[in-house]
Amino acid sequence: MSEQQVSKSSSDVTENGLRGVRSDRDAVTGVATGKPAKLGKRRGGQRDGAPTVPDAEFTSYYNLPVINKPVWSSPDIPGYLFLGGLAGAASLLGAGAQATGRPALGRVSKAGAFGAGVLSLVGLVHDLGRPARFLNMLRVFKVTSPMSVGSWILSGYVPLAGIAAASSLFGKAPRIGMAATAGTALLGPAVVSYTAALISDTAVPAWHDGYPEMPFVFVGSGATAAAGLGLLAAPVTQNGPSRAMAVFGVGTELAAFERMERRIGMTAEPYSQGRGGGYVRAGKILSKFGLAGALLGRRSRVLSAVSGAALMAASAATRWGIFHAGMQSATDPKYTVVPQRERLRAAAATAGPAPG
Amino acid sequence: MAPVDIQIGRAPNLDGALLGDTDPATQGGYPDHPPRMGFFTDTSVCIGCKACEVACKTWNAIPEDGLVFTGMSMDNSQGLGASTWRHVAFIEQRKPIDAQDPGVQHAGGSPPAIPPDAPGASGALPSDSEQSSEFRWLMASDVCKHCTHAACLDVCPTGSLFRTEFGTVVVQEDICNGCGYCIPACPYGVIDQRKEDGRAWKCTLCYDRLSVGQEPACAKNCPTNSIQFGPLDELRERADARLARLHEAGVADARLYGRDPHDGVGGDGAFFLLLDEPEVYGLPPDPVVTTRDLPSMWKHVAAAAATLVGGALAAFVAGRRL
Repeated sequence: MSEQQVSKSSSDVTENGLRGVRSDRDAVTGVATGKPAKLGKRRGGQRDGAPTVPDAEFTSYYNLPVINKPVWSSPDIPGYLFLGGLAGAASLLGAGAQATGRPALGRVSKAGAFGAGVLSLVGLVHDLGRPARFLNMLRVFKVTSPMSVGSWILSGYVPLAGIAAASSLFGKAPRIGMAATAGTALLGPAVVSYTAALISDTAVPAWHDGYPEMPFVFVGSGATAAAGLGLLAAPVTQNGPSRAMAVFGVGTELAAFERMERRIGMTAEPYSQGRGGGYVRAGKILSKFGLAGALLGRRSRVLSAVSGAALMAASAATRWGIFHAGMQSATDPKYTVVPQRERLRAAAATAGPAPG
Repeated sequence: MAPVDIQIGRAPNLDGALLGDTDPATQGGYPDHPPRMGFFTDTSVCIGCKACEVACKTWNAIPEDGLVFTGMSMDNSQGLGASTWRHVAFIEQRKPIDAQDPGVQHAGGSPPAIPPDAPGASGALPSDSEQSSEFRWLMASDVCKHCTHAACLDVCPTGSLFRTEFGTVVVQEDICNGCGYCIPACPYGVIDQRKEDGRAWKCTLCYDRLSVGQEPACAKNCPTNSIQFGPLDELRERADARLARLHEAGVADARLYGRDPHDGVGGDGAFFLLLDEPEVYGLPPDPVVTTRDLPSMWKHVAAAAATLVGGALAAFVAGRRL
């Protein structure tokens, strides 16, 4: 046996057992379980750094997610949520503007509603694994699927918004335009709010747990965006309702969000942490800034436009934040396991002490 | 009978469809159907051979699902997904394995009865130091649960996912448009999108084999009968008996998972006998079908929509002065 060969192994098998075994080979079994594992390419692997709060105590399978993360991508899906909200709320503003004789606000809102509605649909279709099969969405109607309900709502809404916008922009067929505008005002609130049920009707903890408040966050965010569009593109003399709408939108959104975060407890963490938390914070700051600008600068065209842009950005940031927070809550098994464990413990406690 | 037509024609009955113990095939529109079929996966006899993974891949012609070395014990497939319909989990634990009677006494006849006052007789089992150890290995073959109340099926907007006459849940790949809604809807993380083809895929409980009276490929190939296939009623009886036997033998950790028809998903069509908490195996401890809350979600959506209308009306009233 040459020297070189011997040096390959530091241990020898002798009559008295192993000799020279390196102590670091004494691997402890089970240490890998429940600790962050180095993941392969298939699942996650995007845990960004150390958690900012101590992890709640729980067990998991190599810290892998329990649920499969949504395959929805950004900007398609957060854009779809944002634009749907903008479109539906802008339709209300457009209809009101027409009814109260504010033609410029009416044109801006109706054109914006149609454009946003179309782009929202484009986002949805682009995100499909098989975009060519989009029409399969209209094969069935299922109330158990908010995406099915939403597809039907959008397919009714977008053409109506198109007619309303065209009639308003070109000044043709006022009666048809008025009927279409009324139609969009009826469907608009559904367009704004159904997406809240869409994301809540999943096993994604941050989305599902927030389902009672989520529709209010969404209508608030939609109203904020539509008010922003009015302030951005319509003259200040016609923008009274936009400013009032901004008060309603920002107020509803912030109040509902606050309530949701407080109520759902641990599952709300992603709304204030990481990428999702960053967007949510940006949204809150922008909406307060935009609202202040809209109210204080009501005589300034420039200040109104800047405030309007800030309000639209605020609405978008909120949607992006909610989207990414959901992704974060799906990727960390903590948010699935801990609340379910607590639920079981609470159920066991109310059922009375365990026998024995 | 074409499942597609049923999906179009049936008015959804939310109460029965979303809650409680129901017969999913009847609920799905098959008045006259074969018994509900399923799996009982008894992980106490799983040896981690992965024959189920291989058989499933082979029979269903599933593409490669990522050739990675994870360092997670013997598990390189990591979890269920679009191209992994059976997944064998490996858990290494520093827990004393419950002492078990190997049943190989050679002294003839039955093993001697333990006197009631003997040490260990009152506890879980004879605390025989030779039979217990500080290390145990848990292995479990995971699969689609074919829930009684299947969230993936509920939320599918195309009707691609449907309930078969056997009470199982299957994706029609010629319909699926890859919207991806089923993926986050599943409380177990079963179904996923195959990136290269865009559609969602999962276990079909070998619908093709069932249709001609064959058992699914994984169950057929399981060498220890850890994966048992059959009518669900029968499997539940078998599982109860097995659980009672294990408890009798002192395996206090043994429990059934997905067996209870009154749990959050109305019971699983594929349920398990586990030797530790579900989350140790990567399973949710108390899964609830998300659509259970959908009626309430729609009510909140309606209230929010009404609030928006009110807000807009108020904005035009107040807007005169702003």
